[in-house]
Amino acid sequence: MRNATPEAVRIYRRRQRRNRFHLAMSVFGMGFGLFWLTWILWSLLSNGFGALNLSLLTQPTPAPGAMGGLANAILGSVMMVGLGTLVGTPIGILAGTYLAEFGRRGWLAPTTRFVNDILLSAPSIVLGLFIYTVYVSRAHHFSGVAGALALALIVIPVVVRTTDDMLRLVPDGLREAAIALGAPRWKMVSLVAYRSARSGIATGVLLAVARISGETAPLLFTALNNQFTNWNINAPMANLPVVIFQFAMSPYDDWHKLAWGGAILITLSVLGINVLARIFFQQKHH
Amino acid sequence: MKLVDPQQTLPASGARTRIRAARWEDTLFEWVTRGFAFLVLAVLAAILISLVWTGMPSIRAFGWSFLWSDDWDPVRDQYGALIPIYGTLVSSLVALAIALPISFGIAIFLTEMAPVWLKRPMGTAIELLAAIPSIIYGMWGLFSFAPAFSHTVQPFLIQTLGAIPLVGKLFQGPPLGIGLLTAGVILAIMVIPFISSVMRDVFELVPVVLKESAYGLGATTWEVVWKVVLPYTRAGVVGGVMLGLGRALGETMAVTFVIGNTQHLSPSLLAPGNSIASSLANEFAEAVGDLYTSALIELGLLLFVITTIVLAIAKLMLLRMGRSEGKRS
Repeated sequence: MRNATPEAVRIYRRRQRRNRFHLAMSVFGMGFGLFWLTWILWSLLSNGFGALNLSLLTQPTPAPGAMGGLANAILGSVMMVGLGTLVGTPIGILAGTYLAEFGRRGWLAPTTRFVNDILLSAPSIVLGLFIYTVYVSRAHHFSGVAGALALALIVIPVVVRTTDDMLRLVPDGLREAAIALGAPRWKMVSLVAYRSARSGIATGVLLAVARISGETAPLLFTALNNQFTNWNINAPMANLPVVIFQFAMSPYDDWHKLAWGGAILITLSVLGINVLARIFFQQKHH
Repeated sequence: MKLVDPQQTLPASGARTRIRAARWEDTLFEWVTRGFAFLVLAVLAAILISLVWTGMPSIRAFGWSFLWSDDWDPVRDQYGALIPIYGTLVSSLVALAIALPISFGIAIFLTEMAPVWLKRPMGTAIELLAAIPSIIYGMWGLFSFAPAFSHTVQPFLIQTLGAIPLVGKLFQGPPLGIGLLTAGVILAIMVIPFISSVMRDVFELVPVVLKESAYGLGATTWEVVWKVVLPYTRAGVVGGVMLGLGRALGETMAVTFVIGNTQHLSPSLLAPGNSIASSLANEFAEAVGDLYTSALIELGLLLFVITTIVLAIAKLMLLRMGRSEGKRS
């Protein structure tokens, strides 16, 4: 800077100032994101911790003013998430297999990949509406099955995407080695490709489970709700998200308390599954 | 994958039948998986067709005026979607206006500034925001955020921005806590992880040589980001923003809790309103009468068409980013 003109020094200072300002804004943005995360988790813990007790897990949902828990809602959620995952996972894996293994030529694979990515972010309430129009309105009753189908529609694109991505990470050398040994294609896929993509696909399924565990919108007009404990999946079924929604929107304090209890249960399990999926995936890949 | 035809190299007849059997199984396997891939395509088509079909009575009854009529009256069986459409678009645009600069900052922080040991935990923390279920955002928004917002930020906005002519119209009225602005802020928090993770991914595609040349010429970090990284990744960044917009448009539960759910059109962002998704969440299960149900389904169809277009644009932009990346490297 010894020979710099005053003008050059000014420009240099201005560039430095601008740089510092924008970097400070970046740090602020990061802080902004973390601020909301802490606030949400803190208000969840401070409101929900007092509501956590054993009767939450053992008692069914009460009438306003009565004692109760969320047992029927938890049961319904577990049943519907389970069934939704069972229906969605094989469909997703097979479709993903086509994309990665057979879809290297032709129009079907790129188009499906494109549409799948759209379905991945499609509003979940519309999926519920779709199941309502094609299933609930024909069967003339809300049911746990309809809820599980709506959830399966959310599982499918997640699993398709991860299966496709993970299978495409499998080196072609492995495939060629299997083929060279005389293995037919289906054996190559099921014994070689699946095996080396296994942990990635499992992670995808776990993430899909985490995603549907908290989904409320697609259940509103499919599973609806049920005040009583219900093992029949072909009838309206209580589930945690919808119960939280109804209880939180109600004017009763003890219902609010139960809603916070449900909220903390759901968040802990969703975040828990997420962390589990991450650890699982990292262990296999590093 | 190109494979040598084994039949040309194996003359023995036993081997040949085995191969033929394997081919038969292979064909079956391929067609089964192809069928399921096709099923995914069919789901999109089926959603569109079924929504158009069941929305038909309302489409017939109101025609195009459904889009700009603000008359939503189940008692008289008159339906117009202007208020929910307005609420959906405005809350999503508010969300983007907040989320875009913040996500950009987060992406810069994570790619250019953070030391290596900080990158992972910080990145994970932001991704956790995406993992929190939307109903939790809704509850937190209603019970924690909205009261705080109505005591602090909203009175401040009314006093400062509300006094400015023209722009002030957006910030007038009582600080209720709930309303379009609150919904927009919460949506912003929800889409930040999506936009920032796409931005971070595409920023990392920029060849290190390009950045280092700029640094070598004496550019500051900001100049490198603004003049090298951003032009290189423009398509990807736009794709990420559109992805965030698609998410915001279709978000249901968080918005339903805090938007106020009134069929009332107001110029103020502080006033309660309604969005397409929240109208569906609130009214659909209780809707009686075919025309009412059908009008709500038409709303859902509108939402699906809008988000599909937005997400398709997002996907196309990201594909373009990927392709140009492939050409350059």
